[in-house]
Amino acid sequence: MNISHDWLERFVPHGRTAEQVRDLLTAHVATVEGFEPLRADLAPFVVGRVVESERIPDTKLSFNKVDDGSGALLEVVCGAPNVAVGAKYPFARTGTTMPAGLVIEKRKIRGFTSNGMLCSARELGLGEDHDGILALETDADPGTPLLDVLPLGDVRLVVDVLPNRPDLLSHRGVAREVAALTGVPLRLPAEVASLPAFPGKPATGAQEARVPGLRVTIEDGEGCPQYGAAVIAGVTVGPSPAWLRAAVEAVGGRSINNVVDATNYLLHGFGQPVHAFDAAKLAGDAIIVRRARAGETLRTLDGVDRKLGTEMLVIADAERATALAGVMGGEASEVTAATTRVVLEVATFEPRRTRTTRRAAGLSTDASYRFERGVDEAALGELLALGAALLASVAGGRVEHLLHVGAPRPDPAPVTLRPSRVGHLLGDAVPVGEIRAALESIGFRVEASGDALRCAPPSWRHDVAREVDLIEEVARLRGFDRLPDVLQGARPGTVPDHPLWTAYRRVRDLAVASGLMEVRPLPFAAGGQGHALVRVRNPLGEDEPFLRTSVLDTLARRAEYNLNRMQGDVRLFEVGTTFRAVPGALPHEEHRLGVLVMGLRRPPHFSEPEPPAWDAWDAKALAEHLSAAALPGRAIALEPAEAPLLWSIVVDGAPAGVVTRLALDAPVWARPAFGIELTLGVMPSAPPSRAAAGAPAPRAAVPRFRALPTTPAAVFDLALLVPDTIAAARVGEVLRDAGGTMLERCELFDEFRGGGVPAGHRSLAWRLTFRHPERTLRDKEIEGRRAQLLKTLESQLGVRPRTA
Amino acid sequence: MSLAAFLASLDQLATDGPARIAAADSLEAWSEVRNALVGRQAGRLSEIMNGLGALAKEDRREAGQRANAVKQALEGALEERRAAIAAAAATSGPALDLTMPGRRTWHGAVHPVSLVIDEVIEIFRELGFTVALGPEAETSWYNFGALNFPADHPAMDLHDTLYLGDDQVLRTHTSPVQVRTLQQYPPPVRILAPGNVYRRDFFDASHAPMFAQIEGLVVDEGVTFADLKATLTHFAHRFFSPTTRTRFRPSFFPFTEPSAEMDVACGVCAGSGCAVCKHSGWVEILGSGMVHPAVLEAAGLDSERYTGWAFGMGPARTAISRYGIPDIRILYDSDVRFLEQFAR
Repeated sequence: MNISHDWLERFVPHGRTAEQVRDLLTAHVATVEGFEPLRADLAPFVVGRVVESERIPDTKLSFNKVDDGSGALLEVVCGAPNVAVGAKYPFARTGTTMPAGLVIEKRKIRGFTSNGMLCSARELGLGEDHDGILALETDADPGTPLLDVLPLGDVRLVVDVLPNRPDLLSHRGVAREVAALTGVPLRLPAEVASLPAFPGKPATGAQEARVPGLRVTIEDGEGCPQYGAAVIAGVTVGPSPAWLRAAVEAVGGRSINNVVDATNYLLHGFGQPVHAFDAAKLAGDAIIVRRARAGETLRTLDGVDRKLGTEMLVIADAERATALAGVMGGEASEVTAATTRVVLEVATFEPRRTRTTRRAAGLSTDASYRFERGVDEAALGELLALGAALLASVAGGRVEHLLHVGAPRPDPAPVTLRPSRVGHLLGDAVPVGEIRAALESIGFRVEASGDALRCAPPSWRHDVAREVDLIEEVARLRGFDRLPDVLQGARPGTVPDHPLWTAYRRVRDLAVASGLMEVRPLPFAAGGQGHALVRVRNPLGEDEPFLRTSVLDTLARRAEYNLNRMQGDVRLFEVGTTFRAVPGALPHEEHRLGVLVMGLRRPPHFSEPEPPAWDAWDAKALAEHLSAAALPGRAIALEPAEAPLLWSIVVDGAPAGVVTRLALDAPVWARPAFGIELTLGVMPSAPPSRAAAGAPAPRAAVPRFRALPTTPAAVFDLALLVPDTIAAARVGEVLRDAGGTMLERCELFDEFRGGGVPAGHRSLAWRLTFRHPERTLRDKEIEGRRAQLLKTLESQLGVRPRTA
Repeated sequence: MSLAAFLASLDQLATDGPARIAAADSLEAWSEVRNALVGRQAGRLSEIMNGLGALAKEDRREAGQRANAVKQALEGALEERRAAIAAAAATSGPALDLTMPGRRTWHGAVHPVSLVIDEVIEIFRELGFTVALGPEAETSWYNFGALNFPADHPAMDLHDTLYLGDDQVLRTHTSPVQVRTLQQYPPPVRILAPGNVYRRDFFDASHAPMFAQIEGLVVDEGVTFADLKATLTHFAHRFFSPTTRTRFRPSFFPFTEPSAEMDVACGVCAGSGCAVCKHSGWVEILGSGMVHPAVLEAAGLDSERYTGWAFGMGPARTAISRYGIPDIRILYDSDVRFLEQFAR
């Protein structure tokens, strides 16, 4: 909402600067998010003093030397008759943009060079005076900015009006608050306070009222509780008076003509959208408020032909729709230069119905914005008379008739306030007298009712419905900054950290320590795995209308983004949500860890110019390590899976993730990419209940101390010829089983194919470490173990040692 | 075996040993020599000692003492030689150019938005807050109705909210977690709820269809606006600086009453007005307010007995101003050159 500081002051002569008003409103009412001095375009103009002046023969021109404070005297040619040596004038240096858009340049006129311009009031947009340049009566030195010298200071305050306070969508509404905060009484601006009152009474009726030359009928009382109309005859459409034009322009509008400007004055001044019809163009001299008929059309004032639907509310004459009620007028009944008789509509349209009409038309206006949020219905009678008188005053007509059909809906119901509750909520008792005074200052009628106060909101405050709403009024009028701040001692909360958060933090710490970088990309997808895709009904784009089923897919697209930017070392991880549709319920959501690695395993170093690239074995170990960190106390196994998967991550016997090669859209230089995806847990979405505080998450087993060895270990290697049909893990198992309790470690350290190894076989070598807890093992014992292991391998697996 | 033979073997070892030790010129050679002389398994001394049992009982004492003396002499010589070899290795050969880089590993990084969330959580943890989470796909009731949105609130418009079904939305804020948490756990409740939220905003330099939010909620008996102000001011002092000025201004959210936005004095211009703070001298940090009684009631609590306060902030916006990021889309692109800037 644009508020003109000057206009506001005409409602409440508060005597404060625009800055003070801004701070007052922001602290107590609504945030002023814009502060725009209106004549910022005059900022480059300075005070110039004419030092010498001579006439240019045979012209009206003078050749002058002007002091602009820059130190050098400037030569300036001027056409004005009133140049006087020693006098000061507004001066535009070369390069200055005039309010009308012209840029002042160095010019040659009649052989004289002109380096700037002395300006008239009209040239500065300060009035119509163009008889001569504007003499400044000031002591200011040449070079002083003009704005420091002239009282030009209207300021536009842009107020961020939130949806609960439609009463602030006008100067009067904001002025009410300023009046309450400053104690200066609210009044009508002089330009409307002095208007003549309508001598008679409006014609009224519940659904219909008639005067000679106009009939107003409300057919749809739900959409339009009340409709006021004024008939103004003898109107001359023409330019507005200066004060009205200034008011309209101060709020960012454009002056059109006296009739339109008067309607805008009512809108911005009083928050009441009004509309002027050319009475001559209303067929049957009728105004009917009704639903649009199927197939009906209307060309609105913006020149668009609109097909109407029955959900829309229209103003019609006896024949056809002629305006979209509460949204925009129609071209057919528009006021033009030829108009002499005007019907001014001052009505209340129901918020929801206005929204329906506005949405159906796809058209939002200042009027619909206010009707959707609710206007002050009780003010209709006042504003009808005031608006009619204003229009007659600025457009030179007379008010013939007023009509008022229907009635305002009742004022909001009174709300009871317990003064003790104010202190209870704010943390500091507020004296009853102050509570009362605060509420009364903004229009509430307050009566004592036992220990409580019965507070009747004014007609413009439908947002106040509960005690707490009244407490807010008291709090903000006192000022949030004046309320105490006291850190209260707190009891410990009952809510444990969410297990998925704990899992995220654990897995993130390890991922970062492993050199991975966290990402937070968008979770939309072009498709996904399985049939249970969740589709957004109104997606931002049809290219990615689904919610993802896999974090890894998202990471793959992010890796491709990096490859496109020639970045081949990509190590990303995300803990994010995946979605699967569930019929008749919210989607199934899982929090998953995704990891993508590609490129060099470590940064290049001079000792090793080409480090190895990430491979499947890196991915496997990373997956094991991350899974253990994410899911402590759970049994985790990586089981070989079918290509293109490498491994399935099995947690407590159930598949919970994968390790896979990723097929990316990648350039030839890219290294292979590997991905890990692991479900950390399911995010429940059923309504929770007190009882459903689930079982605590499993925890990691507490480590137990094992005595450090005091005896030497015996270490030997076994190189074995293993047929390709036998997995290394199987051989390891047999070794561990057969090794007995003294086998401390059993590590696969070599794989070899080729020379000396028969086809269909590979050579695998294990390093075995044996230790007796109490004594040194004898050579003979070690030899015995070795022989026995080989025998077991031979008998169980048919695996023999590699000789040679 | 006779004592004489035993002692002769020892003498031989005592004579040969030092020569062999002196001949070792590398640690590998030294290691071999040591094993050959005094190694437990195959060392010459061990071999000789194995003969101890075959001596006459009365000779064993002397033999043992002699053997020990030889062992100590050999071990002394070995240690001397090892030190000499190590010293030679350290000084011989070309010196290391110590200006050359060390062998690095990749450094991981936490996303800047997560860094902000972490910091918020760290500060509130000290005040006894824990972390609660909720689903991102929500019912309209949790997202709007339970939070006291009127049935036809403009936020529910198709233009603002991403719908999954008639009654299902992608949550537009983390506030549904307030209701879910209050349904599950009795007061006192002191939680933070970080998470992703969705709006039907097209991607541009300052808008994204999904972004992180972090919500805070306190509900107990006797919780006041004074506590809200003090706690959030404490947060601002910890998050920005102990001298940061704050202000609270009236605002409106359906689920809080009174509602207040908290601003901090602009860190760039210190309050005098600049482009960052749009010449107001203040930067908006979070929205807050006393929990609306209708929200407590929707969660099944007695709104006469319990009061509470809540706040919500956008870590992405904070991250953008804190780290000087010019375009919000960079946070989503996942460009490794950006992420590396936050490596640690």
